[in-house]
Amino acid sequence: MWLYEKKLQYPVKVSTCNPMLAKFLVEQYGGADGELAAALRYLNQRYSIPDKVIGLLTDIGTEEFAHLEMIATMIYKLTKDAKPEQMKQAGLDAHYASHDSALFYHNASGVPFTTAYIAAKGDPIADLYEDIAAEEKARATYQWIIDMSDDPDLNDSLRFLREREIIHSLRFREAVEILKEERDRKVFF
Amino acid sequence: MKRMKEYTPYHSPNDPCPPIGKKYYSTPPQLYIPFQPANLPQYSPKEALAKGTLWPAFYDYYDNPYRQRGN
Repeated sequence: MWLYEKKLQYPVKVSTCNPMLAKFLVEQYGGADGELAAALRYLNQRYSIPDKVIGLLTDIGTEEFAHLEMIATMIYKLTKDAKPEQMKQAGLDAHYASHDSALFYHNASGVPFTTAYIAAKGDPIADLYEDIAAEEKARATYQWIIDMSDDPDLNDSLRFLREREIIHSLRFREAVEILKEERDRKVFF
Repeated sequence: MKRMKEYTPYHSPNDPCPPIGKKYYSTPPQLYIPFQPANLPQYSPKEALAKGTLWPAFYDYYDNPYRQRGN
């Protein structure tokens, strides 16, 4: 069960009217390494992983939905006042033809979201390594968007999200160490 | 320690575009501390909420590395 808090995890402010950034940001919305894929991946893996790390997957999976909501807010703010002509100039013409300014789960190239993005091998180590890779890929995506964005306020929120990916990656790395059960044991080689 | 690493890809005389020069990649702190030790220094709660982590050891500021070279 979840409790919903009606506020964003971190404030989202967009200071320049640049709908093209929405085109990039949608990669983190419905892309392979996006927040939706991350949330569904972790929350689904919880059922087939040792008890010790279930809580971690619940926590991080839940937080990914909070990130998804931030990304949605960014995209919404960037496109809500864009006229058809501006959508066209921003390269969002195909999106507009299909969705107007509605959000949709697809990646930056318009490929719709698919559950094929979500790995669940059932092997705890394979799945956690997958999760670490997913966090690093999401971190890289945020970097590439920051590189292309000149909106300081938007970048501030994106930097927060990137930092969270770093912490999630760290927690998954720790989960692997916990499952190895070698911590606090004196090891001699 | 410098966390932003760089390398220079080979540029052939036959490549169509001018060389990009340096390529950059980030190596954030979790790569160097894969298990968090106990009792690390902490940010104040307010600062931690703004930065996205409670732990200075795991904070990594990112900015476009290409911009600094005037691109």
